[in-house]
Amino acid sequence: MSSFKVFDIAGSGMAAQSVRLNTVASNLANAESVSGDPKLAYRAKHPVFEAVRANILAGHGKDAGSAVRVKGVVESDKAPEARYEPGNPLANAEGYIYAPNVNVVEEMVDMISASRAYQNNVEVMNTSKELLLATLRLGQ
Amino acid sequence: MILDLDKFLGVHANALKLHERRTELLANNLANADTPGFKARDLDFRSAMAAATGPAANAGQQVTHYAGQGDSGNLQSGDLSPGSTEAFIKYRTPLAPSLDGNTVDAQLEQSAFAENAVRYQATLSLLSTQIRTLMTAITGQ
Repeated sequence: MSSFKVFDIAGSGMAAQSVRLNTVASNLANAESVSGDPKLAYRAKHPVFEAVRANILAGHGKDAGSAVRVKGVVESDKAPEARYEPGNPLANAEGYIYAPNVNVVEEMVDMISASRAYQNNVEVMNTSKELLLATLRLGQ
Repeated sequence: MILDLDKFLGVHANALKLHERRTELLANNLANADTPGFKARDLDFRSAMAAATGPAANAGQQVTHYAGQGDSGNLQSGDLSPGSTEAFIKYRTPLAPSLDGNTVDAQLEQSAFAENAVRYQATLSLLSTQIRTLMTAITGQ
């Protein structure tokens, strides 16, 4: 039945936003994971979203609604911040450690945005469920 | 046939299908609120309803000002096959375009979704009334 597509769409949105929340959690947790080698320093991860066209929702016209999916997770190219801390056990021969290129403020904003978007999708699902149940009660 | 059920239910059955299609589109817009390059879409309800009801629809329930433009060939009266509504799906004109090419305005979509849900429920209660009328006529009670 075509009405259930709304659940697929809202569900895909929730899945995508939860991947985004996961990357935010990972970035925040590793915000202070320093390393002695700039190549090994943690890099901020961000998901890239993509609209899905009729793939999971085949058989309804040429373009029946669609959904969203995570195309991939990209790592930030920004250079890790070098700090001079010769006392740190992870410091390299010159006494530098490399902090991850995570911007904590950006991550917090991203978290709020993802959480709001997730709530939107939950709301869509709830409303659709109520409408569908009301339709089932039609004529009673 | 003495009683044509489709005719009896009138525009409401068609309206319900269109509202359902609009629910899907708006849900999709909200799901793609953060997708780069995604263009928000919505159903041109007035035109879709006019096409679904058709120029030769029931008297008194007819949608006026039927323009009849576009592909009237596959849009016959009461034709609401899945493909027929696609012609009435339009891209939204963004109020505040973002840098990544996304044209979804979450607040706008949310209010449209709420409005659509209320209209769906209104159509449902109208349909319910029609069915109750029919039941009264059948049972005679």
